[in-house]
Amino acid sequence: MRVPTLKAAILAATLSLGLAAPATQAAEGHVEVPNTEFSFDGPFGSHDRAAVQRGFQVYKEVCSACHSMYLMSYRNLRDIGLSEAEVTAIAASYQIQDGPNDNGEMFERPGRPSDRFRRPFPNDNAARAANNGALPPDLSVIVKARQGGADYIKALLMGYEDPPPGVTLMEGMYYNKYFAGHQIAMAPPLTGDGQVTWADGTQATVDQMAHDVSAFLAWASEPESDTRKAMGVRIILFLTVLGGLTYAVKRKIWARVGGDPVT
Amino acid sequence: MASGLHDSTIQNPVIRWVDQRLPVFTMMQKEYGTFPTPRNFNYFWNFGPLAVITLVIMIATGIFLAMNYTAHTSMAFDSVERIMRDVNYGWLIRYVHMNGASMFFIVVLIHIWRNLYYGSYKSPRELLWILGVVIFLLMMATAFMGYVLPWGQMSFWGATVITNLFSAIPLVGNSIVTLLWGGFSVDNPTLNRFFSLHYLLPFVIAGVVFLHIATLHITGSNNPLGIEPKGPQDTVPFHPYYTAKDSVGIIVYLIVFSVLVFFTPNYLGHTDNYIPANPLVTPPHIVPEWYFLPFYAILRAVPNKLGGVLLMFGAIAVLFVLPWLDRSPVRSMRFRPIAKWFLLLWGVNFFVLMWTGAMPAEGIYVTIARLSTAYYFAYFLVILPLLSKVERPLPLPESISRAVLRGGGHLHGAAATAKPMEKA
Repeated sequence: MRVPTLKAAILAATLSLGLAAPATQAAEGHVEVPNTEFSFDGPFGSHDRAAVQRGFQVYKEVCSACHSMYLMSYRNLRDIGLSEAEVTAIAASYQIQDGPNDNGEMFERPGRPSDRFRRPFPNDNAARAANNGALPPDLSVIVKARQGGADYIKALLMGYEDPPPGVTLMEGMYYNKYFAGHQIAMAPPLTGDGQVTWADGTQATVDQMAHDVSAFLAWASEPESDTRKAMGVRIILFLTVLGGLTYAVKRKIWARVGGDPVT
Repeated sequence: MASGLHDSTIQNPVIRWVDQRLPVFTMMQKEYGTFPTPRNFNYFWNFGPLAVITLVIMIATGIFLAMNYTAHTSMAFDSVERIMRDVNYGWLIRYVHMNGASMFFIVVLIHIWRNLYYGSYKSPRELLWILGVVIFLLMMATAFMGYVLPWGQMSFWGATVITNLFSAIPLVGNSIVTLLWGGFSVDNPTLNRFFSLHYLLPFVIAGVVFLHIATLHITGSNNPLGIEPKGPQDTVPFHPYYTAKDSVGIIVYLIVFSVLVFFTPNYLGHTDNYIPANPLVTPPHIVPEWYFLPFYAILRAVPNKLGGVLLMFGAIAVLFVLPWLDRSPVRSMRFRPIAKWFLLLWGVNFFVLMWTGAMPAEGIYVTIARLSTAYYFAYFLVILPLLSKVERPLPLPESISRAVLRGGGHLHGAAATAKPMEKA
């Protein structure tokens, strides 16, 4: 079982012993999600922009056929290192419904950077109708919304296998060893090497695609995380120095009355 | 001095002019400057000021969140994510507010623990203690309603479960629930009234905190020895001695707070709350926030719904009468050789309750929760009243200075009567 040391420290420090959800999950017989090394792991980790960009391409060419990301706008892609022209081009490649115009009619126009990611289906019912009754969840905050985060997403994408003997799947369902209940309506999305072609020449193995799209989704869920961690390091360093000074001042003041009492 | 004006000792003419008419400066000088405070506080006494600071942080961040939040079922979730993504430093404000709630409970629970260990609730500080329990209750109500506002799955289902508890009340229960909901299920009217109350209650808390501190300044503070100061040799002025000591605690507190906010902001939350609320899909486990888990465990330990609700509220209610259950005249557990161990066990037991509250209510967990619940109440209702009669306390020290000064309070004759800050 993976318990990062930072979390373990917090666990002790914040009196939250034994309330962590992993124990609850264990009681249900979930399969433990394997740990993947991501560049953004840990307090000093940050997003690997190249991986996030490759992951965006996987989302764009594979996942976005069914999964929306309605909290994201095309302009957000600037933050992962795409240029203004690239973002504008990506946005313009989508037809976005707008309106009503002066005649009261809705119309379609090329997307702008300020538009939200276009949803693959006009509404949830249409999404269900096209997917055997299952609703593909929105992926905007998916990494924050699942136990195990990006590790879980990657494991899930790689976790398809033949059902063990004695397990009968419902119609249109697939066996996935990391999905709760093991029956998932999503067909294996990453089917083979070379499913996408990356401009940077990285070989698109299934493992690499799963890794990069998980990195992209992690970034999309917490686009502030690099800024946040960098700020945290500076603030804690500052507070540590300030704390040392404050403690010295306190000792000096208390020295006037014979120092700290014997308690 | 003109007649009718306050006799101010302030030198600065402008401040003096104000102080003669509204003596807040004299008051501050008396209550936070020269205020005689026992000289032997340990760092447990930091947690009162820390709680005040947390309240201020929560109100300050909350006001800015409210400027950007939309209390509507169809927009609440998205408006919170918009704060995280598009509002300048919105992620910081929200994560501070979200983790601030946890920090508030950590601080207040340690504050309560310090009261239990050093007997601060005993005469003459009963009312001070009661006002503290009122604050704790208000905090729980505020935190509960705040958790509903992001309108995720746990918000919705937590609200459904907790408000439904009131339906256990005979005769009027269902009407009360309808009133809380503003309808026949948790829905938009519920969200609206919870937002309104979530904004109101912190100011009520601030009011009760004022009364709490006013009461404290009548009786004076307790201290680790649990004996009253007998003269100036037992006290130091609040400033600079305790302003300095509290500052150290505040920095340590901010470091812990920062680790939570900057490196693991969602650790104490539940992943399901990043799934938008859906009345048609019940999460497999509905778990409250960690600070409610001990009480949730007590609720579930009773097979009867009304019984569980009564016992859960009883767990707080018993605190109100604690000063009259524990009749031992000795405050500090340092001098209570038997009660001390029962209290430490009570502390461990509190964590056991917290743990069982996070576990599914089945099998061995139910048995553990029941035993723990029994001990939670037995400590207050049986053990303390009994020990008040049979326990023989250790001899109390003659005075604070005798006990705590190196050399018994005589060698530092000049230092023993401390003076306020002087230019050295």
